[in-house]
Amino acid sequence: MTTPAVELVDIVKRFGAITALQPMSLTLPEGSFVTLLGPSGCGKTTTLRMVAGLLDPSAGEIRIKGKRVNETPIHKRNLGLVFQNYALFPHKTVYDNVAFGLRYRDIERSQIKKLVNEALDLVQLPSLGDRYPKQLSGGQQQRIALARAIVIKPDVLLLDEPLSALDANLREDMRVELKRIQHQLGITTLFVTHDQSEALAMSDTIVVMSAGNVEQVGAPEEVYNTPSSEFVARFLGASNIIESRTLSVDGEHAMVEARDFGNVPVPIERVRNAITGRESKLVIRAEFLTLNKTDKTPADGVLSVNGQVETVDYQGQAVRYFVRVGDRQLQAINMIDGHPFAEGETVSIHVRPRDCALLPGAIT
Amino acid sequence: MNGWSFIRLHAILIYLFMFLPVGVVVLLSFNDSQFGSFPMTGVSLRWFVELWNNDAIVRAFKVSFLLGGLTAMISTTIGVLASLALVRYEFPGKQFMSTLLIAPILVPEVVLAVALLLFLRFLNVPKSFPLLLLGHVIFTMPFVVLVVQARLVGITRNVEEAALSLGASPIQTFFTITLPLLAPAIFAGALFAFTISFDDITGTLFWKPGGVETVPTQIFAMLRNSISPEINALGTVMIVLTVGLPLFGAALARTISSRRGA
Ligand SMILES: Nc1ncnc2c1ncn2[C@@H]1O[C@H](COP(=O)(O)OP(=O)(O)OP(=O)(O)O)[C@@H](O)[C@H]1O
Ligand SMILES: [Mg+2]
Repeated sequence: MTTPAVELVDIVKRFGAITALQPMSLTLPEGSFVTLLGPSGCGKTTTLRMVAGLLDPSAGEIRIKGKRVNETPIHKRNLGLVFQNYALFPHKTVYDNVAFGLRYRDIERSQIKKLVNEALDLVQLPSLGDRYPKQLSGGQQQRIALARAIVIKPDVLLLDEPLSALDANLREDMRVELKRIQHQLGITTLFVTHDQSEALAMSDTIVVMSAGNVEQVGAPEEVYNTPSSEFVARFLGASNIIESRTLSVDGEHAMVEARDFGNVPVPIERVRNAITGRESKLVIRAEFLTLNKTDKTPADGVLSVNGQVETVDYQGQAVRYFVRVGDRQLQAINMIDGHPFAEGETVSIHVRPRDCALLPGAIT
Repeated sequence: MNGWSFIRLHAILIYLFMFLPVGVVVLLSFNDSQFGSFPMTGVSLRWFVELWNNDAIVRAFKVSFLLGGLTAMISTTIGVLASLALVRYEFPGKQFMSTLLIAPILVPEVVLAVALLLFLRFLNVPKSFPLLLLGHVIFTMPFVVLVVQARLVGITRNVEEAALSLGASPIQTFFTITLPLLAPAIFAGALFAFTISFDDITGTLFWKPGGVETVPTQIFAMLRNSISPEINALGTVMIVLTVGLPLFGAALARTISSRRGA
């Protein structure tokens, strides 16, 4: 087995009396794209800055390429850092910005020029070398910041919300672009974001964090489809969480009795810690609840429950409905097929049991 | 007469009140007459020539330039280091230190001057040029600190962090990133320190050792005897220096930053 690019072993960060990061362990395999995802203040930046060497962990060990780096200052760690605010050197040209890191390495002048030009080509801005950062757009500045970080062939690339300052369209372009470059160079990347769609689209592994704790680590499909906690279910995408009780568990299903929906056989690979007779939570993504006319009979095995549309939120290709079922509101996001349902209309909500996931415990 | 033209008239009168005396001094410095007052009898540069030939005045200029130059150097160096500490680092008593550094601006200069003098008396140290210099450093430094601090706050820490991550040591980062970005403020601070020192009379009168005169104290001494037209010429030179230098500096700073596409 090869040595992982980065390992965090039980690292903790305290600022005086507050603990910003509980013991956290994480492994970044060589060439992987790992994302720290979580709401504001959950400790993402703190974690990234400890890997960078800009903060000292209060406890635990950080290893880069198998070597402990706790005592290594940042300028000897060989890292690429990209910030939300680009942080280009305003008094240097684009060329000198990109060449900066190379000048502190044993590299010949002619070689520097070649490497800088390659990096500028890679970020698709080959002709801007003579400009100053202020003469570039935000998107261009962020590409240059990326070029500056990767030209030194860092052991790990650290990105702290690099796309958050860009407007929506540009952000999506840059997302694709960043992923392409990362893939092409095979560079180990630790990416910080609070944007779930960014995390889902780009990552090999997502680390979902909340209040200094790691909630779940897994591939995008895994955290999306099989959330390990109510927090993860609510944070990623729009979820409906329904009280239920586990009736029985066998090799294929956990049979639960859910409020309003009745008995639901949840496929075992989407079940966490089900214990017969205990309370559990049925998680249904908003996309998997489909609204139908009340006269439409559900297909075989599909569950249905009636409700009344309360709010219609038109989003272009999809509509988000809030539907009243009993004393609670469910959220459904459906693609538009003909006319959307109207507010006040009574509908039949269908869901396939295999689109449900099950979490242990009562709703908090 | 409507309100606007009233305000305009008012403004004109205020400006006249402020700048007319200065204009008169400049005008009279070119007067050919041997009395430093109206009427003008002709235009000549004779008072500037006299000035040049007056050893006491030339000596005073040398002292003022030396004093101003050294004050600017020392004030700026210490002021920049102090600003770095105050903006970039956390340490106990930071707020107090910050206030203390700015305090000399808030205390009336006479009070400061007397205090320092009494303190020296208490320590039994005779007045000397280095002590005069020390006094000037104390009351010019707040200006340097204020200007440099304001600029430093505007330089995001991330820029320095980026340089560090790319392999520059903290010292290299300071010289390649922080210092160049700070340069306009350092330059402005130094100019401030120089002009304030060059202009100063209150503190200087208290602190200067016997036999040493700066330009302002020289003018003051000359005024006690008579109002010679030389004084007008001297005043003109002072105005050109203390107004011209900052203007020149500002122009220079603008050229530099426009080259960077700012
Ligand atoms: N220097 C500091 N001193 C004290 N507390 C700090 C310091 N830096 C961070 N914290 C605290 O640590 C916690 C985690 O902060 P961190 O910056 O890592 O959050 P984040 O997940 O990056 O959030 P955001 O999405 O807003 O950037 C927060 O509660 C924050 O208040
Ligand atoms: Mg952050």
